[in-house]
Amino acid sequence: MENIISIKGLSKAFGNLHVLKNIGFDVKKGDFITIFGPNGAGKTTLMKIMSTLVEPSGGSITIDGFNIKDDPLEIRKRIGSISHETYLYSELTAWENLRFFGRMYNMDKSRLNARVDELLEQVGLGYRSNDRVGTFSRGMKQRLSIARALIHKPPILFLDEPYTGLDQHAASTFEHVLRGLDAQDTTKIMISHNIDRSLKLCNRVLILDKGTIVFNKLRTDVGSVEDFKATYESFVHE
Amino acid sequence: MIRSLHIAAKDLKAEFRTKQMLNSMVIFSLLVIVIFSVSFGDLLGNSKIVTQLAPGVLWISFTFAGMLGLSRSFAGELENGCLEGLKLCPVDRSAIYNGKTISNAVIMFLVEIITVPLFAVMFNYSINGLAGLAIVIILGTIGFISVGTLLSALTVNTRTRELLLPILLLPIIIPVIIPAVLATGKMLANGDISDISGELRLLAVYDIIFFIIAQLVFEYAIGD
Repeated sequence: MENIISIKGLSKAFGNLHVLKNIGFDVKKGDFITIFGPNGAGKTTLMKIMSTLVEPSGGSITIDGFNIKDDPLEIRKRIGSISHETYLYSELTAWENLRFFGRMYNMDKSRLNARVDELLEQVGLGYRSNDRVGTFSRGMKQRLSIARALIHKPPILFLDEPYTGLDQHAASTFEHVLRGLDAQDTTKIMISHNIDRSLKLCNRVLILDKGTIVFNKLRTDVGSVEDFKATYESFVHE
Repeated sequence: MIRSLHIAAKDLKAEFRTKQMLNSMVIFSLLVIVIFSVSFGDLLGNSKIVTQLAPGVLWISFTFAGMLGLSRSFAGELENGCLEGLKLCPVDRSAIYNGKTISNAVIMFLVEIITVPLFAVMFNYSINGLAGLAIVIILGTIGFISVGTLLSALTVNTRTRELLLPILLLPIIIPVIIPAVLATGKMLANGDISDISGELRLLAVYDIIFFIIAQLVFEYAIGD
């Protein structure tokens, strides 16, 4: 399977603080990669660079054939982002939010309306489509943020700590919705602290510590959740 | 351009639902007019004196009410990380600036449409040269909003944005406020459009220069 994301010698420094040092890995089409790491390891910076929000200090990232420095707009067309922030406007309804973001991706009106209805049903919020997002629970907002991220059918999905603030039930529902999207053959990269939940979803595991990738293996080579927790402890010294 | 209009429409839809900005701007503006009308109570019958006072009173009201709105313009985008969500969309950064400028200008014009008649009532004053006055207000507002929207983006991530925005904005908009006040005074004193052609040219040039500069530097203003 061909690589959809290729990262080579990536580094990022804020002044004298070197947050990422010589990061390199490839992501194949359809992969679900989870990146674990302690606070301050550089996970969110890595995600922001891949999302074109922050410029790298060195190295290169190619996403779906486009270089991150030369073609940020092309890359943004190909990615969807889910974060602990929902990126949703509280004063607008669920339907209006999705429609607004669809228009930002230049989707035409008739196709967009059908896509919004379809996604709202998929994330189980069709019955609340005309309610303001400000009245939604945290779990509902996070499910709606999945719909927002997928409005333009991106081939790549970035998930940055998506479990933050979700209770057990909301987290399970979130996973259920996310699993249901596998048919779309979306490549996913997730940052998480939640080993118990995140390990079940991915097919490759990375550990980032002090700005360096210290572990990169297939999920099948990692063993059980308990085995991986022991491995994580041996690599990461918080 | 079409995406700028979508951003502006989104902002206006959200604003007209909550009326957070609009209400505070209108109330502030009305308070300024009421306070001045009470302060100058003895002079209200004298049309000549009111003509001299009016430009200052109107533009003080517009400027400070506008600053109230501008300080909220990008702050609203911080809720739920919406600004980051907007930056993740495949739109040019200038489209975000244009959208915000359009929505801020529409709200500002609404405040001005309410303020001017109230001024006429409170000061018992018959406004002359309405068409010319409208042109002055439109050009002055565009200049004010062009700079204000840029500075609103620049200060949005600072903890003291409510304080920092006026400190940065007031010195920069002096070249707009001075010709706007002068032109307003001339129009109210039964002036003709030809009497204010110099001020209008100055306002137009300022609007164009700042609009272009804002387009160029906005990307850095909202950068991480």
